[in-house]
Amino acid sequence: MAEKKTLIYLLPLLVFFALAGLLFSSLGNDPRLLPSAKIGKTLPDFTLPSLYGDEALTAESISGEVFLLNIWATWCPSCRVEHPVLNQLAKEGVNIYGLNYKDNAKEALSYLKQLGNPYKIVIRDDSGDFGLDLGVYGAPETYIVDANNRIVYRHVGVVTKENWISTLQPLYESAREELSVKQVVQ
Amino acid sequence: MNTARKYLFFLFCMIAVNAPASIEVYEFETEEEEQRFQLLIAELRCPKCQNQNLADSNAEIAKDLKARVYKLINQGKSDTEIVDYLIERYGDFVSYRPPVKPSTWLLWFGPFALFFLVGVFLLWRTNRVDKSTRDLPDLDRKKLQQVLSRYSNEKNTPEDK
Repeated sequence: MAEKKTLIYLLPLLVFFALAGLLFSSLGNDPRLLPSAKIGKTLPDFTLPSLYGDEALTAESISGEVFLLNIWATWCPSCRVEHPVLNQLAKEGVNIYGLNYKDNAKEALSYLKQLGNPYKIVIRDDSGDFGLDLGVYGAPETYIVDANNRIVYRHVGVVTKENWISTLQPLYESAREELSVKQVVQ
Repeated sequence: MNTARKYLFFLFCMIAVNAPASIEVYEFETEEEEQRFQLLIAELRCPKCQNQNLADSNAEIAKDLKARVYKLINQGKSDTEIVDYLIERYGDFVSYRPPVKPSTWLLWFGPFALFFLVGVFLLWRTNRVDKSTRDLPDLDRKKLQQVLSRYSNEKNTPEDK
């Protein structure tokens, strides 16, 4: 009987610890980060102009290689923050394609001229329609896309050296390994 | 002169300046379509904002999504088709009516489960209290009688003494 009573008196304390644990575990969560609905799916179809020249780019024309698809715009201050990191990655040989999202081509060109161009291809999405199909809800966002145009990962926010090494690089490298294994088999 | 100016000033103060709340204007062929649009943008959630529907949000992405919903309505898509279209792109987050699936079971059935559990607990407790008063051992019953009779003697018959 006495044991039962102690248990009842201990109950509020246990509830408190359970609640504290729950709240503590959620403390590091960023509610602004949305899981992408597009993971594992192929890149949506598009036909859009390139920022350089008038050639039309399609989902098919950019497939065949593992790449990072970086959503950027000149109106996006965080894009400026991550730009040097992208430049550095490009120098190290990382395949980066850019999606110039809801922007002005002239300003975009001078931005790249001024800050350097890490992109092998820059797709112009002036209306934001392709961005919407991709599930983009802000800039910058960075997608890892494999050689079959399958979306492997989405990173929301600035790419830094730290999160490149901890999350993006391993996924990028493993997608590349998969591709090279496939090529050897063929 | 001075008072006239004062009155004039207050008169001007009363002129309402029309502040347009929104620059997006959507025109519909039928009233029904417009109602559907209003309902949809009230039930769809802005992905950029923390807790705002498309109707209330001024975020750039919310404007784009409203325009897309408008376009889809004009293409003759049904409400479920439009919601599915957006969920396909933005995930369940975009809908204020989350679908019933294992990861949302707690959300949908949690309150009922909690209600049920509390109900069971309360029933169990009342039953237990009833039993404990009913099943007094004989010894206790006798003692109780004695105490009660003593108490009633003290209380009710002081005049007799």
